[in-house]
Amino acid sequence: MDMKRDYYEDIRFFTSGVTVFWFVVLIVFLSAFPFLVKNYYVYVANYMAINVIVAVGLNILVGYTGQISLGHAGFFAIGAYGTVTLMTSAHVPFLPALFLAAGTAAFFGFLLGLPALRLEGPYLAIVTLGFGLTVTQVIGKLDFFGGRQGLHAPDLVIGSWNLDTDREFYYLVMVITVVMVVAVRNIIKTRVGRAFIAIRDADIAAEAMGVNLVVFKTLAFALSAFCTGIAGGLYAFVLRFIEPEIFTLLMSIMFLAMVVVGGLGSIMGSITGACLLSWMDLQLRNILSFPHVGTWLESLSRMYFSITGVSNIQFILFGGIMIAIMLFEPLGIFGIWIRTKKYWKTWPF
Amino acid sequence: MPFFQVEALSISFGGLAALSDLSFSVEKGEIFAIIGPNGAGKTTLFNCINGIYRPGEGSIRFKGQSLVGMRPDRVARCGIARTFQNIELFSHMNTMENIMLGRHLHMKTGLFRGAFLWGKGSFAGKEERENRQKAEEIIDFLDLQSVRNAFVGALPYGTQKVVELARALATEPELLLLDEPCAGMNSEEKQDMIFWIKDIQDELGVTILLIEHDMNMVMDISDRILVINFGRQVTLGTPDAVQRHPEVIKAYLGEEAALEPHP
Repeated sequence: MDMKRDYYEDIRFFTSGVTVFWFVVLIVFLSAFPFLVKNYYVYVANYMAINVIVAVGLNILVGYTGQISLGHAGFFAIGAYGTVTLMTSAHVPFLPALFLAAGTAAFFGFLLGLPALRLEGPYLAIVTLGFGLTVTQVIGKLDFFGGRQGLHAPDLVIGSWNLDTDREFYYLVMVITVVMVVAVRNIIKTRVGRAFIAIRDADIAAEAMGVNLVVFKTLAFALSAFCTGIAGGLYAFVLRFIEPEIFTLLMSIMFLAMVVVGGLGSIMGSITGACLLSWMDLQLRNILSFPHVGTWLESLSRMYFSITGVSNIQFILFGGIMIAIMLFEPLGIFGIWIRTKKYWKTWPF
Repeated sequence: MPFFQVEALSISFGGLAALSDLSFSVEKGEIFAIIGPNGAGKTTLFNCINGIYRPGEGSIRFKGQSLVGMRPDRVARCGIARTFQNIELFSHMNTMENIMLGRHLHMKTGLFRGAFLWGKGSFAGKEERENRQKAEEIIDFLDLQSVRNAFVGALPYGTQKVVELARALATEPELLLLDEPCAGMNSEEKQDMIFWIKDIQDELGVTILLIEHDMNMVMDISDRILVINFGRQVTLGTPDAVQRHPEVIKAYLGEEAALEPHP
């Protein structure tokens, strides 16, 4: 039985000494990580962290507010292109450029939130899908954004700190990721987050209790787009080169899959979902170089699955793993976590 | 100026008149019941008052201010709260959080102050604590301590009704619309509910508009009763007067009972 002595205990970040301990362990691990592994894994970690920001942002919209978006690659593109063009054309320093670009994404998020006031479910999915597709088409048409040729990211300099390696960039990405995840968690725990969840569970009742649906639905879209814009801006410097073909519908769907596989309406779920899916995305292709199994899988793929003759078993495995998670645990990875926690609480009974 | 006044209210859905020419006024501190058979337009009236429907004609005035055309959240801000006939709780939140949503109106924490919830002393931390204290008072008042941290989706029906009442009270309303608060409750839960409704009137000074089918309860606690059928007023008066009205007897006891002399 847990005794509460203060109402602040309901919402505070560190619920006990144990959580403080684990948080410190996590921070120490994240700080030491680049020195422990090969450079390639630092790149993988950067890629994961960026996806974590997107997934946590998209979760605000899909998991907490109960809206849907198939167009988040659009906000991602706005963040990436916005940051790069502001830096190259207007010579804005990196951090202001990043926030301005994310602000632009948030503004488009607000606009996309307006139709959401009247549409829901599949209809809203189509509207957001249209948005995502349009953004890349428009960017591809404008020479200002490099058109089809794409844009090179400039050198990344903050003050006198020149971040020209993956390791240095890692620290920037991690600080931004941790700050944003904590900020989102705090928002969800307080008044705004409660209003989001209320809209998802019973929007009529929420409105009758004084929640302004227009403000809070568009706010959810804008906030979600802001997070995605920040992630997009960072992603431009992971790739160092951006072109419209990167920001596809598949990307939007992958973002959505991260949130759903991780567990809707859970920040821990979004983090693990994003990590798992981005890791699988980068690593599953290595399966072909596994001893024995790899060659067998490759021939299997050539014989039965592939149309073009190029091995595609990694995509099939990817899909299979996602189906398996959703089939055995509809609440996603978060559901598995909840069950494990319950199990250990009552262990050995 | 009456505390709450409805005048010549009419609304129709595709040619079907759900309410026509309905007028009444409610005094401050009153328990005012609205009864009538199913489909008489009782819930439609509530939906017009709190802004879910926009009436075709007529006016609704609360403390002199017109409510027609106002969005539900603006109506709530004026000091009108309601419960729903079919429970509309936030089923993935616990009882405490449901009640805290009722405090939404009285809180100010936005995105930025919410994001920077750094400790008890921060604006958001302070505001959360103060409002959780208020929510806790309502939990005590309505005997909800045992389900304080339970997800409301899993609670028994009767308890969910009480949580809805708690959430409405958390907005600190001046006028409370209760849509069948006792529906589906057992007699013990009903007794509690009647007790609370009287307390809300007496101790908190809240004016109550009540829709209820349980006649014993309505006759017991109401100060005045409005009877409607087919969206029109049948009669309006004290419980005693309403009980003797021939059309009410006809509607509730049947045609023959109305023709026989009342004992």
